[in-house]
Amino acid sequence: MISKKIILRFPKENSNKPFTSTLSRQYNLTFNIMSAEIFPRQEGRLIIELSGDDRDFEQGIDYLKENGVSIQFIEESITIDYNKCYHCGFCLPVCPTNALLIEDRNTMKVELHKEECIACGYCVKVCPVKAIELSEFA
Amino acid sequence: MSEFKVNKTIEEINEKIKNREAVIVNAEEMIDIVNKKGIIEAAKSVDVVTTGTFGIMCSSGALINFGHTKPKIKAAKVWLNDVEAYGAVAAVDAYIGASAVKRNDPLNAVHPGRFEYGGGHVIEDLISGKKIHLVAQGYGTDCYPSKEIEMDITVNDLKEATLLNPRNAYQNYSVAINTTDKTIYTYMGVLKPHMANATYSSAGQLSPLMNDPFYLTVGIGSRIFLAGGEGYVIYHGTQHNPNEERNKRGVPKTGAGALAVIGDMKQMSEKYIKGASILGYGVSLSVGIGVPIPILNEEMAFFTSVKDEEIDAYIFDYGYDYPRKIDNNYGLTNYKQLREGFITVGAKKIPTTPLSSYFMAVKIAEELKKRISEGKFYLTKPSASLPLSKDYKPMKYPKNYL
Repeated sequence: MISKKIILRFPKENSNKPFTSTLSRQYNLTFNIMSAEIFPRQEGRLIIELSGDDRDFEQGIDYLKENGVSIQFIEESITIDYNKCYHCGFCLPVCPTNALLIEDRNTMKVELHKEECIACGYCVKVCPVKAIELSEFA
Repeated sequence: MSEFKVNKTIEEINEKIKNREAVIVNAEEMIDIVNKKGIIEAAKSVDVVTTGTFGIMCSSGALINFGHTKPKIKAAKVWLNDVEAYGAVAAVDAYIGASAVKRNDPLNAVHPGRFEYGGGHVIEDLISGKKIHLVAQGYGTDCYPSKEIEMDITVNDLKEATLLNPRNAYQNYSVAINTTDKTIYTYMGVLKPHMANATYSSAGQLSPLMNDPFYLTVGIGSRIFLAGGEGYVIYHGTQHNPNEERNKRGVPKTGAGALAVIGDMKQMSEKYIKGASILGYGVSLSVGIGVPIPILNEEMAFFTSVKDEEIDAYIFDYGYDYPRKIDNNYGLTNYKQLREGFITVGAKKIPTTPLSSYFMAVKIAEELKKRISEGKFYLTKPSASLPLSKDYKPMKYPKNYL
């Protein structure tokens, strides 16, 4: 069983195909949509959490890639630069999933749980020292 | 005849530091020591308690002297990396405020503005040794004929680079909520509508003036840890108000005292000072400060043993009351609750998050402890007191606990 949060980007020519439905019906995967947008030039961006058996998951991802959908795993795209971060806490109230949180109330260290991140980007804007990066995310 | 059973002087403590015999602990460790030994034994065994704080302190800036150019200029206007510094201080002196924004910054034209670069960042870049582009304009005089100069400088090219902060290390601070139905972007961070979150900004039990609530040891001339270098308290901070309401430990329940500080930027490290962009609010500077508190008697042992649950803070509405200067509060909480993550207002449980770094406050208190232990940092006796509170009488506050 595998579950990952993914940013999918659809080129204009493919934005009318029922990708998520195919993922569910042919590859036995479940998905939870966190954000769906179509931009002015008709390319689409979908942020989903995709779950299923390891094999199904792999094949589902291959299917998307074969159809020109670009795939980005959120946990690979968000980073905190701990040379810049000084654990102030400005980012905490805007994180909708508690991916950013203080677990240890003794040290009060701000930690990032990448698997909870949904790439909303609020923390990137709020961080006063620009320590958080979400690659290729506009 | 002294009111105290233990009586030490700064000179005696410095002698112990010199002989590597001084006992130095941080303000967190002091809590346990006093708890186990009591204030008299703790005062006998501990010589110095180190404190720390690292948070955004807007009332900060840098005084620079960039040296005379050939031909000379009487700089009236000065920009550093396109951020305007105040130039009307002698010919080649300028003061750059932490809150100054870059030329042509869109500010809040598209709200909330990002405030990517400003005075705080210039100060951080100077301290980290980066090149800064300096532009100065003058009107030309017989003795200073040049009208415009442009050059790249680093901190080492400057004759003087002095951090000069009019108000730092606020003794205590407000807890912020937002009762309106709109998200607001403040210097207390993002506050969500309908009291969905609360923010606070103090290192609580580790914060310098929480540990010397009546300014009995910290005064004008106190040597401190300032952003990695040695600095000094030069005066009371602007808005210093020693007569705020205090609790039975003598700790004020809101702002109260503050420090004006000074230090040589060439000694500082970007690890302990950072330019800050506050979404929708502006540019500022996060400053790391550590103050050593000499344990001269059992009363100072008592004051430095204060713990988070003994420090109260008032809750204020930054959505409606604060901008209108309406004198109203939503009750008291304390730093134990704030740090654990929830406070209660009326029947509502509100999640809390910090703005001041406790993590770095500990690091600063530890670093200061290390420097004193190694004989690299000595204490100073203040040459004058900060404005004092009318509430103070010797041993009045410890008596409540004896």
